[in-house]
Amino acid sequence: MTDNIQTLLNFLPQLWEGVQTTLILTVLGSIGAVVIALVLGLAMTSTHRWLRVPARIIVEFFRGTSLLVQLFWLFYVFPLLGVDLDPMVCGIGALALNYGAYSAEVVRSSIITVDKGQWEGAIALSLSPTRRMTRVIFPQAWALMIPSLATLLIQLLKGSAVVSFITLQDLTEKIDQLRQSTNDTYFSFTIGLIIYFVIAWLLQEFMNFLERRATARLGRRRPNSRTDRRATRRDAREALRQDRLNSRLRGAGAGPGSGNAGGGL
Amino acid sequence: MPPTENIPSATGETAPSASATPAIEFKDVEKSFGKTTVLKDLNFSVAPGERVTLIGPSGSGKTTILRLVMTLEELTGGYIYIDGKPLTHTERDGKRVELPSKVTRSMTTRIGMVFQQFNLFPNMTVLENIIEAPVHVLGKSKAEASKEAKALLEKVGLAEKADEHPTRLSGGQQQRVAIARALAMSPEILLLDEVTSALDPELVGDVLAVLRDIAETTDITMLLVTHEMQFARDVSHRVMMFDGGQVLEEGPPDQIFNNPEHERTRSFLSSVL
Repeated sequence: MTDNIQTLLNFLPQLWEGVQTTLILTVLGSIGAVVIALVLGLAMTSTHRWLRVPARIIVEFFRGTSLLVQLFWLFYVFPLLGVDLDPMVCGIGALALNYGAYSAEVVRSSIITVDKGQWEGAIALSLSPTRRMTRVIFPQAWALMIPSLATLLIQLLKGSAVVSFITLQDLTEKIDQLRQSTNDTYFSFTIGLIIYFVIAWLLQEFMNFLERRATARLGRRRPNSRTDRRATRRDAREALRQDRLNSRLRGAGAGPGSGNAGGGL
Repeated sequence: MPPTENIPSATGETAPSASATPAIEFKDVEKSFGKTTVLKDLNFSVAPGERVTLIGPSGSGKTTILRLVMTLEELTGGYIYIDGKPLTHTERDGKRVELPSKVTRSMTTRIGMVFQQFNLFPNMTVLENIIEAPVHVLGKSKAEASKEAKALLEKVGLAEKADEHPTRLSGGQQQRVAIARALAMSPEILLLDEVTSALDPELVGDVLAVLRDIAETTDITMLLVTHEMQFARDVSHRVMMFDGGQVLEEGPPDQIFNNPEHERTRSFLSSVL
């Protein structure tokens, strides 16, 4: 065991390189995936067939083909067509396209899930279609799509391991090298699991942060915070009580009140 | 908004002149959803400043009429004119032609609508909800729009709620914000679609008080669908009874409520009054 620790300590700089490669793939791949998802997802909700149909075909194509084969295409087939791509670019591109296609479906379904009344409210105010989307619909859809996007981005992180097939020295590749130098399969792969887990956890924390911010903008707090839920209920009760009081004052004794206004919650 | 002559009750008073260009005109309007025809060969008009209540059993097409005026539904046949100008379709060389969406949208800026479910935007504060369209559709400055918005909030009794999120307000408060939001566009026509139906009974009074105030102090043309018959009787100049997508009968509220011609109207009224 002490030998293993020693080897691990000596190996740390190399391991760090692997972590960096995996992080770059994950971060740039995620950004690419989200951009692709927004473009394709919005196109799929368009009323124009010539936008909707091609977007749907692209999404189905990249969802329906293996990430590894897409990677091999970028890495081995593109050079045959005269396009030489850096392995890193291939890795980021394949991850962005594959997970972007999955996320596009999340974007589309979140947009159509936004209450129909919101669209109608925006039409009744004569907002332009662009303004309707950017100011009214998308901010609400965004809050809905973050949890599913978080799941997909963590899958992207784990899926990034396939780049070791195209000569990239990512975390998985480095872990395998560690295994060879320690000769301890159990030890090195456990280290691998822990590192992936930590990165995934950080990613999840970041997505949670985005979700909290998005829901706060909707005037709602994070749904799983008990204190906030309590505060919201209290505010709603207070508002109702005020409202009833006002209408009672105006209506000059229009019927007996129920006494305890917040009883229904 | 300059107050017109104070009208204590619309009943008995003569309706605004029908000889001027109508504020809303339906010409041979037809609306079907798939194979179900909701409205057929519907013709009627509403004079500027006139307040008309549509009543009738559910499924009689009255809400569809409001939604057609607001362009929330696609008009499947006929024409709608606002101030004499076509709204969504026009007649060209004897053919029915759809207008570009920009033209239609410039027409809808004259029309405001208040919904049963309020439809306030939860991602904006109350004030932002109200100034969004005046700033981005009418091109007003933010300062000017905010000033007007605050005056409107004052009018609906919610001046202190400007910076709240709508989700934190009660239903009655939300609906009053929605009314202020519609008024902020200075509409010539206001469509009210069962605006009190989603409210707790004790919150209805405040909303109706605000609407009564608007009816008395402005000359906005109003088309309303409501189950509040006393309110309809008090504010409207004309009541139209719909059945099966057709106008069964129409007239001043007194006549329709006290002396309906048709048995259908009588039985409908006895079921809701």
